[in-house]
Amino acid sequence: MAMTLVEKILAKATGQSSVKAGDVLEPLVDLAMSHENAALVINQFTEIYKDTGISLKVWDPSKIAIILDHRVPAESSKTATNQQKIRDFVGKQGIAKFHDIRGDEGGICHQVLPENGYVIPGSVIVGTDSHTTSHGALGTFAFGIGATEMASVWTLGTVLNVEVPGTIKVYVNGKFPSGVYPKDLILYLIGKLTAEGANFKVLEFHGETINNMSTSGRLTLSNMSVEAGATSGIVPADEETLRYLLEEAFVGYKGELLKPDIDAKYDQVIEIDVSKLNPQIACPHTVDNVKPISEIINVKVNQIVIGSCTNGRLDDLEVAAKILKGKKVAKDVRMLVFPASWRIYREALKRGYIAELMDAGAVIMNSNCGCCLGVHQGALADGDISLSTTNRNFKGRQGNPNSEVYLCSAAVAAASAITGIITDPRGVN
Amino acid sequence: MSHHTSKVVAILPNDISTDIIYPGRFMATVLPTETPQYCFADMVELNKRLKNKEIPQGSVIVAGTNFGCGSSREQAVSTIKGYEIVIVAKGFARIFLQNSVNLGLKTVICPAIEASEGDELEVLPDKVVNHTKGKSFPVEPLPKARQAIVDAGGLIAYTKKRLLEKYPNR
Repeated sequence: MAMTLVEKILAKATGQSSVKAGDVLEPLVDLAMSHENAALVINQFTEIYKDTGISLKVWDPSKIAIILDHRVPAESSKTATNQQKIRDFVGKQGIAKFHDIRGDEGGICHQVLPENGYVIPGSVIVGTDSHTTSHGALGTFAFGIGATEMASVWTLGTVLNVEVPGTIKVYVNGKFPSGVYPKDLILYLIGKLTAEGANFKVLEFHGETINNMSTSGRLTLSNMSVEAGATSGIVPADEETLRYLLEEAFVGYKGELLKPDIDAKYDQVIEIDVSKLNPQIACPHTVDNVKPISEIINVKVNQIVIGSCTNGRLDDLEVAAKILKGKKVAKDVRMLVFPASWRIYREALKRGYIAELMDAGAVIMNSNCGCCLGVHQGALADGDISLSTTNRNFKGRQGNPNSEVYLCSAAVAAASAITGIITDPRGVN
Repeated sequence: MSHHTSKVVAILPNDISTDIIYPGRFMATVLPTETPQYCFADMVELNKRLKNKEIPQGSVIVAGTNFGCGSSREQAVSTIKGYEIVIVAKGFARIFLQNSVNLGLKTVICPAIEASEGDELEVLPDKVVNHTKGKSFPVEPLPKARQAIVDAGGLIAYTKKRLLEKYPNR
């Protein structure tokens, strides 16, 4: 029977010749990722083993990744104690894919995983973070789960009772106009679908625009697929995926590249031509409140954030550095830059992007998630307006329910830093 | 009025995110015994009523579609579970619904629900009866895959059972 890409991956993960949307399965997990919330996973894991007489042992330490990234370095003794608990557990269980607070190998989990070659096409990845969808950019079925579900995965090595999701096929064609990026595409798509338009479904990306898109751009699309409610956002692995694995993750991959069948059954097909797309802005307080930048008039910003698992990669820093080179961040604007990993930070240093951003007045932060979800570094004042390349603008998201967050591409963020109001990058030289 | 009725203590709009239910800044708090204090922390009135125990267990919050959208943070479920509040919503976001099933928070999918604060509701397996308005609304059953976890008493119990099956000669 013809299958979508996710159906093919799940058939492989359950050893069946075919599966279809709606089937209930127990797929084997190839990679189980968590971050600081591993502290809670450890509690729940211990709870499962309690009174069983079975010694506490994860199913396969080589398939577990833990990356400390949400509150690093620790902002409180409580966090520090949780992180210590994770280190003890990692040591005892022999978990090697552990990335502590280190400048040589740390960073944000959704960047650290692919750049270390942990994300293998065709695999099943679960993570205790909703943006685990990111890894679909390399042709995996990757989805977010809660801490208790992760404890169950650590115990059994499978996800229990997974319903095979239906798939929405998204065809993207055309060449991005200058100043328009994959972030604008995904914001546009979320605006079109709404915040729940893909709930319980997978977005499968196709078309010449996707074929020509770098893995970095694909990560942005897959990352934000969850903002339309999607279980995952997936790009079929191709030559670009192999190039990324070899050149940027330093691992060769010779396995099969799974493709969806031509006659697979989709719930919906959406076509988008990016050649007419404008820069897009998600306005407060929902990610689907998306408008073209031309409709955003005279919105003055207090803080600008470039970074996160969505847009903190090298190409984002490059775009921002090019726009800000020789210019200044407006006097009354605070600009914070969070590279997605220390590897990216170092490369941006080598290429001079960091110096250009600093010369303009940006503050370069250590690679972490803190600001994006309002846990530390860059909290907003009452009435503040933040313009951010991150992925969420819910009320209170950046630490203050009396502030507003707008979402945009790195180019819009950089152009707006100069003027202090939300600005179309196509008008800035 | 049936003795099984519960009062609606709040009506919430569509797209209530996990940042509203349990703001990110409290995420270092993970223990289910400690998370309830931050339930709807930025909705100051509702948070105060919960913390002051002015809201009896079993009370109902009625919400729109996409309740629990956003983060996978399980605290968004354990914080509500701490008060044994029932959520009757027009729809739930996937991860939130799964976390609720796993932790045993009662979530009822009721796409047509009509209710106002103070209404007396009776939540039955197949419908929600609004006694104040004299109307009833059908409930969407949980998918079978999820019902099995509810029936086992949550995911911890369900997984424990599977673990014991895996090591029969322990």
